[in-house]
Amino acid sequence: MTLTAKDVAEILRLLESSNFDSLSLEMNGLKLNLQRGAAVTVRQPDAAAPSPQPKVELQPQPAQPAARKAAPPSEAGLAEVASPLLGIFYRAPKPGEPPFVEVGSKVAEDTVVGIIEVMKLMNTVRAGVRGEVAQILAENGALVEYGEILLRVRPGA
Amino acid sequence: MALRRILIANRGEIALRVIRTCRALGVETVLAASEADLDSLPARMADRTVCIGPARPADSYLRADTIVQAALGVKADAIHPGYGFLSERVSLARLCEQEGVIFIGPTSAQIEAAGDKLRARAEAEAAGVPTAPGGAVRTLDEAMQLGREIGVPLLIKAVGGGGGRGMKRVDRLEDLPAAMELAAAEASAAFGDARVYLEGFVTRGRHVEVQILGDGNGRIIHLGERDCSVQRRYQKLIEETPAPGLSAEFRRGIHAAAVQFAQRLGYRSAGTVEFLVDLDRGAFYFLEMNARIQVEHPITEAVTGVDIVAEQIAISEDRGLRLNQEDLKREGCALECRLNAEDPARDFYPSPGTIRAAVWPTGEGVRVDTHVMAGARIPPYYDSLMAKIVVHAADRAKAIESMARALAETRIEGVATNLPFHAEVLADPEFREGGVDTSYLSRFLERRRQPQEIRAHG
Repeated sequence: MTLTAKDVAEILRLLESSNFDSLSLEMNGLKLNLQRGAAVTVRQPDAAAPSPQPKVELQPQPAQPAARKAAPPSEAGLAEVASPLLGIFYRAPKPGEPPFVEVGSKVAEDTVVGIIEVMKLMNTVRAGVRGEVAQILAENGALVEYGEILLRVRPGA
Repeated sequence: MALRRILIANRGEIALRVIRTCRALGVETVLAASEADLDSLPARMADRTVCIGPARPADSYLRADTIVQAALGVKADAIHPGYGFLSERVSLARLCEQEGVIFIGPTSAQIEAAGDKLRARAEAEAAGVPTAPGGAVRTLDEAMQLGREIGVPLLIKAVGGGGGRGMKRVDRLEDLPAAMELAAAEASAAFGDARVYLEGFVTRGRHVEVQILGDGNGRIIHLGERDCSVQRRYQKLIEETPAPGLSAEFRRGIHAAAVQFAQRLGYRSAGTVEFLVDLDRGAFYFLEMNARIQVEHPITEAVTGVDIVAEQIAISEDRGLRLNQEDLKREGCALECRLNAEDPARDFYPSPGTIRAAVWPTGEGVRVDTHVMAGARIPPYYDSLMAKIVVHAADRAKAIESMARALAETRIEGVATNLPFHAEVLADPEFREGGVDTSYLSRFLERRRQPQEIRAHG
């Protein structure tokens, strides 16, 4: 019995449209814990490990620390592209040129979505996920912190 | 220029210490914090916190480019580097100079002069400050010749070392060639600089250092000395001022030497000139200069009433030295115990974790510099300093009594600490007598181990 990413997304949608805050699902030795209002990470079971009880766990991440800048709320199922560095965020390769991406742009894992400048050194930021840009949160030319959410992508083909 | 906003490029108690003075002065603070420190007390106290990178210091606190970019990004006028991390790296001071951000500390050239231990030694000699017999050696022949002149025991020191790192003791002259080769290889690996030099080893020495302030235009004052001889593997554990048992003349001599050395560099900001006091010869030698604010600065603040961070800021604002040497009075005696998250029962092994409960001492003449409260985490990535407990009293005996009381009031749950160990040292007759040398603590630990072994063997 396997649980695909699509299945999990479907269950998430079900939870999202319900009145419940959390969901626990156990079937055929599989365990799924979901909690509303927290980003989720999917841990796949290690196929090679001789575990008698294969387990898929969806663990809510710990709450964002108090000091970190709060990002606007997200809709379910969007992937976040976080800044890998502290620096100045640029949406376009050069001033006056069109931005790398706009809302609605299709991206693949290695699509460049922005540049972060650290003391005149330019670092490219890649989407890391395949899909469509849903939101752009970081402002062009603004200071972004390490881990700050730059944009959100609706995963898909 | 009055500073309006300061970026603090540090963490823990020193970040909080700097924030406190900034608040008193009405200066805004921005804390540059790693991901592991985002919910720390300094992060809550700062007017703003920016996340500069992941927990690992190499990816956050040690990145000069990120720190300066953060300062520019938040429009800070200045950077306070605290101690450790980038405080004595030429790279940060130089980048600040290039980018027009004020570095609250000495110039990059002064950091360079103090950081190269052989260069600092040469500057000391040029300033007429006594140094231990020794000097630079380029070849093995030179080393053997100098070694014969000085006599054993000898120390081979790395030019890029300091603070007890990069030293090798040689007890027989015939061991010198092999030890030189090894020391050079180790120095190259540890500091990226294979140069070494020789110094005579002082068998019974005390670590006495002098706090100085310089305006960068040649004016230097000193704020008296501190005795930091209670050390374990060059890690200071208890510091006190004044240094016990020194004659007034000796004390004057060591203060004057520190001022002379700082004058030679045209030193700007707060700094400390360290000396080794040779008990057998009744002499003192220049060891090194620490071009930063030091962990143990509060004991000097206690006896002088001077806020050293406020003076650093005033100097950075080009307001020079606001104190005259004649006006400075040092009153009473101050002691500091460094409370570390480490387990004395397990050879002082670091003990990171989450603090369940923290009760700090209060009362007349007691000061605690700490970022630790219930719920705080002691992350494994950084040093284990949790708090500095400082007491100030009329004399040394009263200060020791006051410290013993303060330690008894302190309660930490969740991690192992060296709190009980401090209490034992304070009760030890040899410490109480005053004026112990730097090997005192290892002797104390040896004595402490023995009764248990006797019991173990019946």
